[in-house]
Amino acid sequence: MAAKPNLSPGVQTQGGIGTGPVPATEHGEHLHHDDHEHHDQHWLWKYVFSQDHKQIAKQFLITGMLWAILGGTLSSLFRLQLGWPEGTMEWLKPFLGGWIEAGKLNPEFYLALVTMHGTIMVFFVLTAGLSGTFSNFLIPLQVGARDMASGFMNMLSYWFFFLSSVIMFSSLFIETGPAAAGWTIYPPLSALPQAISGSGAGMTLWLVSMALFIVSQLLGGVNYVTTVINLRTRGMSMSKLPLTIWAFFLTAILGILSFPVLFSAALLLIFDRSFGTSFFLSDIYIAGKALSNQGGSPVLFQHLFWFLGHPEVYIVIMPAMGMVSEVLATNARKPIFGYRAMIGSLIGISLLSFVVWAHHMFVTGMNPFLGSVFMFLTLIIAVPSGVKVFNWLATLWRGNIRFTAAMLFAIGFVSLFISGGLTGIILGNATLDIQMHNTYFVVAHFHLVMGSAAFFGLFAGVYHWFPKMFGRMMDEKLGYIHFWLTFAGVYLVFMPMHYVGIAGFPRRYYAWTGFDAFSQFADMNKFISIAAIITFLGQFVFIFNFFYSIYRGRRATQNPWNSTTLEWTTPIEPGHGNWPGEIPAVYRWPYDYSKPGAEEDFIPQNVPYSQTQSSNLPYEQEMAD
Amino acid sequence: MTALTILLVLLLLLVVFGLLFRLQILTSIFSGTFTKDIGMSNSVNAILMLVFLFGGGGWFAYSFVENFSKMNPPIASVHGHQMERMFWTTMTVIGVAFAITQALLFIYAYKYQHKEGRRAYFFAHNNKIEVIWTIIPAIVMAALIFAGWKAWTRITGPAPKNSVVVEVMGKQFNWLVRYPGRDMKLGVVNYRMIDAVNEWGFDLSDKSSLDDFTTNEIHVPKGVPVLIKIRSRDVLHAVYMPQFRVQMYAVPGMPTRFWFTPTTTTDEMRARLGNPKFNYELACNQVCGGSHFAMKATIVVDEPDDYQHWYAAQQSFAQKNPEVLAAFKQKAQPLVSQAAVSAEAKEAAPVPLAASY
Repeated sequence: MAAKPNLSPGVQTQGGIGTGPVPATEHGEHLHHDDHEHHDQHWLWKYVFSQDHKQIAKQFLITGMLWAILGGTLSSLFRLQLGWPEGTMEWLKPFLGGWIEAGKLNPEFYLALVTMHGTIMVFFVLTAGLSGTFSNFLIPLQVGARDMASGFMNMLSYWFFFLSSVIMFSSLFIETGPAAAGWTIYPPLSALPQAISGSGAGMTLWLVSMALFIVSQLLGGVNYVTTVINLRTRGMSMSKLPLTIWAFFLTAILGILSFPVLFSAALLLIFDRSFGTSFFLSDIYIAGKALSNQGGSPVLFQHLFWFLGHPEVYIVIMPAMGMVSEVLATNARKPIFGYRAMIGSLIGISLLSFVVWAHHMFVTGMNPFLGSVFMFLTLIIAVPSGVKVFNWLATLWRGNIRFTAAMLFAIGFVSLFISGGLTGIILGNATLDIQMHNTYFVVAHFHLVMGSAAFFGLFAGVYHWFPKMFGRMMDEKLGYIHFWLTFAGVYLVFMPMHYVGIAGFPRRYYAWTGFDAFSQFADMNKFISIAAIITFLGQFVFIFNFFYSIYRGRRATQNPWNSTTLEWTTPIEPGHGNWPGEIPAVYRWPYDYSKPGAEEDFIPQNVPYSQTQSSNLPYEQEMAD
Repeated sequence: MTALTILLVLLLLLVVFGLLFRLQILTSIFSGTFTKDIGMSNSVNAILMLVFLFGGGGWFAYSFVENFSKMNPPIASVHGHQMERMFWTTMTVIGVAFAITQALLFIYAYKYQHKEGRRAYFFAHNNKIEVIWTIIPAIVMAALIFAGWKAWTRITGPAPKNSVVVEVMGKQFNWLVRYPGRDMKLGVVNYRMIDAVNEWGFDLSDKSSLDDFTTNEIHVPKGVPVLIKIRSRDVLHAVYMPQFRVQMYAVPGMPTRFWFTPTTTTDEMRARLGNPKFNYELACNQVCGGSHFAMKATIVVDEPDDYQHWYAAQQSFAQKNPEVLAAFKQKAQPLVSQAAVSAEAKEAAPVPLAASY
């Protein structure tokens, strides 16, 4: 019987990190015992309430995909409205019921669509679906650990996310509609059901769901940080970690430090809504009544919200950056250029991300002096971001590039990150933001830089690590079709959106037809809508490929991409505990690709220098001797 | 029925797609390319990279030029012209960075595609290059920050002493406009006194509110600084006047402000654009409810003389609504001394209009 690994992390890590090889007999005996336990495991514990990080990662991924389909569907609905403001939507009545009135989309429901699209995409897809999936999947595999520091907490993390998802999803079906005050839920609009019907039960569910989501994020984050710090295998110093792990590690720290602030904002808003406090409310006359609330500040909410909200966009993009670095290096068959600079720029971005939040608030009535400070800090962030881009370009330079689907998406990520990131230099400038604030320029900017780019990171990750997840390969040709369709589609959607934004079109407008100033781009909006809907439909190529390949894909080999990192030293389908025997020790950094003198064009991290005499650099040779 | 048809069509498409896919796999197995590691597709993708660079870049350049005239709303304020210059200067800087980095990305991707027998160049780091491409962006950023900071402090600085004052108040879903009247002082308003007639919540026991007048349109004189005071009485709104390059939130409980100097009258702009129906528009730019998208006001820029005449011809709110005034007179206690005096009352009185001429 094949030896299966030991379950309890305490025992395993000893085997991995501290004491070296455990005598074979003792090990074997112990393992056999666990193996026996495993076969008895009920499917409910194996697939549903699993504590295995790989299973939890898949749960996050598939839940995230379902959310992404929903989020995309919502965007198609409001793009229909924006592209054809005069057209009829009667045919959608079977799906939307009362929200279609006399063939027209209800304007409040339009706002609900926009709000839910944003909430779903930012939190449920790109935070939970992206970071949740790959932090869970890759951290133990790449640092060389049997599992997360606490499998139980990790399981809770998913199930809190699931509960949060169920609540958010259910809010779509209530009579007054889901939250509709924008994904930033600025009070007083979000606090007063009199102001918009979505601020009734829909908003309550939104806040409850978000509170549970934050719990999930914190449980996950603490686990990721602990695992990276404590459970690295023998030899895996921080300076030998793959960039993916550095990115997940810093992302988790950002989440731990910033999500509690969103929690506090949500809590205070719950107080204002339900218990008559006035944290964010003051001097309000609405629906024929003057409210008694005095002295609160809506701007305070914005500070609290964006103290999370800004790090949040880095929570979304940094895991993608990490994975893209890994995929680029692997498929260019070249070491990532400037490994230390890459880590340094990630750290720089992480630090800066905490002190730039008020650039979302230049024209909210905040003191203009603060505006100057935040403009300064915001534009500095272009420097580490620039370093990352240059390093990625230098990684491609004189490489030997293999265009896997993952590699295409990684290249696409860099392109989108450049396109979207550069316009941030305009929006971060307080002076220019006076005109650009809340226009489609902003929408185009963040959809490119943290929406599409993060999605491309996610796709790169799925195509690249699919063989490790399911033991099979995804179909490459469908991957190519998916990539080129999505890549062209995303640009066709968001590039013209800049024009609309420069012309001053406000976001979250149900229609622009009432304004002379905003009437000139009707054709362009139609074009954007068509491109958006086609691009969305194109994603079903991926969904098909994903589920088809789980069952019928070509069988994977152990290390299909000839990669250097530890996850590819596990069996094709790693069981619980990841490595059947001892956890491999690590001797070198993760990017020994195409090293001069080496036989192959990659040397895995677990190969000691003593075995690679021909390719060792002088200082490595010293370590070998 | 329609829904069912749509679902059926989608289902059918899925089946057709699945069959085609299966066919493709079977043919690739027979032709032997199925298990091949790096085949034709690699060079096809490499070529597509170049196609995308030139095709996509060409499309972008073409559509940008094609739409350029549409994407520049006419400018009608002094700082608007400065902002416009800064905007296009910054666009040029980022445009250069965009062109260089995107070109390198796709050209490298094409040029360094996999070739049998070639090995990638082992090039792990180079501190000199890293330092160069850290410092150059840092210098460019420093210049942009400096220019932005100077303009920002000027635009958001205190309004000139001779500014004309107008106050707008956002409510679901329209804008209320008031002027200080002959005494050049905006009177006290109190949200607790708002009702269907007294939409502003004028406290007419305050003398300076007696001559305040309200209008539907915003009138401002050309060539004179205009200070817009901004309030909201329910949720957040934002005063957005794209042609003047003005934007500021309307925050309940916290009056805000923005000042600018109009440079072109409405008539001049109509003549310049050849559009006799042109109007300057004020749009709400912070989501405020279902009819957010329809919350607009018109701004009329007059020649200073016309403005004076218009201003003098207005009737005050108290004159138009004698019953509201009578109700205030009946009350013995002046309400203004009670608790909820708004922050506005504590501010220095607005500077007289007369000072500007």
